[in-house]
Amino acid sequence: MEVSVMEDILGGNDKIAAENAQIFKNNNIFALNIIGSPGAGKTTLLEKTIGKLKKSLNMAIIEGDLFTSKDADRIASHEIPVIQINTSGGCHLDAAMVQKVLPQLNLAELDLVIIENVGNLVCPAEFNIGEDSKAAVLSITEGDDKPLKYPLIFKEAAVSILNKVDILPFTNFDMASAKNDITCLHPGIEIIETSCQQESGIDEWCKWLENAVKSKQNG
Amino acid sequence: MHEMAMAEGIMDIVKDYAEKNNAVKVHTISLLIGEMTGVVVDSLEFCFKALSKGTIAENAEIKLKNVPLVGHCNDCNWQGHIENYNFFCPHCKSGHMDIISGRELRVEYLEVD
Ligand SMILES: Nc1nc2c(ncn2[C@@H]2O[C@H](COP(=O)(O)OP(=O)(O)O)[C@@H](O)[C@H]2O)c(=O)[nH]1
Ligand SMILES: [Mg+2]
Ligand SMILES: [Zn+2]
Repeated sequence: MEVSVMEDILGGNDKIAAENAQIFKNNNIFALNIIGSPGAGKTTLLEKTIGKLKKSLNMAIIEGDLFTSKDADRIASHEIPVIQINTSGGCHLDAAMVQKVLPQLNLAELDLVIIENVGNLVCPAEFNIGEDSKAAVLSITEGDDKPLKYPLIFKEAAVSILNKVDILPFTNFDMASAKNDITCLHPGIEIIETSCQQESGIDEWCKWLENAVKSKQNG
Repeated sequence: MHEMAMAEGIMDIVKDYAEKNNAVKVHTISLLIGEMTGVVVDSLEFCFKALSKGTIAENAEIKLKNVPLVGHCNDCNWQGHIENYNFFCPHCKSGHMDIISGRELRVEYLEVD
């Protein structure tokens, strides 16, 4: 006999993600899920962000990593709360992993929680973890063809960071073409060019974050 | 390799619906897979095979239905297939396009005894 189902395969994750979103909302927290390939510069960008924003915003970081605590150690040296989640080889964070560690944070005191996902452009895009927004970090060395090769993350992200623009002169990366592909994929997406090394674009990125926190907290 | 997480999701749904319907054997699992999803089908089938060993769904056939990426323009009501992931309306150039289908990762139906 045929049994009609029509259930989302990742529905279980979506349910827990909705609970996480409610927890963030109850605590007036803007939660950002930052996604990009290994080496794109996610942790470096976070370090720069902390430097600029930790005086004006109460922030905490959740670091997703396959096996190590290297990134969490880098963040901890900036003296803000950081939690490490090891996925033991899992290619993405899921909502349950995030929910499990949230009690370790003093949520009532926080404005901003940034979650660095496992380095990967594919899998994390399918798994909501309760975030308000996703940020996609693409570095110049990865090539300008990547947005169309990994369209989902650029469709899901509210903001796309094109990092390592300092090495543009040494590559064949076509900035106009990359930006055009990202904009076609996601009309209205915010695109920010950064160099963490030369500290360019970091102010614009931090402004975007501050505005996001502000509009969340003002309802 | 999020295909393992997906296979687990499928297994949970299959077990739930099999139980609700007093099934003893699951023969077919039909899935709707949207065009704009990142699923490696071979890998999903491999993971499901491993997971379903010794369960009610062992050796079940997985049927895949691909769902095309279709958008709807909020400004001119154009509706159609999105080509090359270009979400600007081909009719009026608006960027206010909703996704109507193509993001599905869904169990559609089961064939059970
Ligand atoms: N030239 C250059 N290197 C960068 C930039 N941002 C990060 N890096 C380097 O890229 C490497 C990977 O950075 P990391 O933050 O660990 O990447 P993650 O894996 O995405 O967290 C490190 O050696 C960084 O110093 C940048 O803007 N320009
Ligand atoms: Mg990192
Ligand atoms: Zn239109």
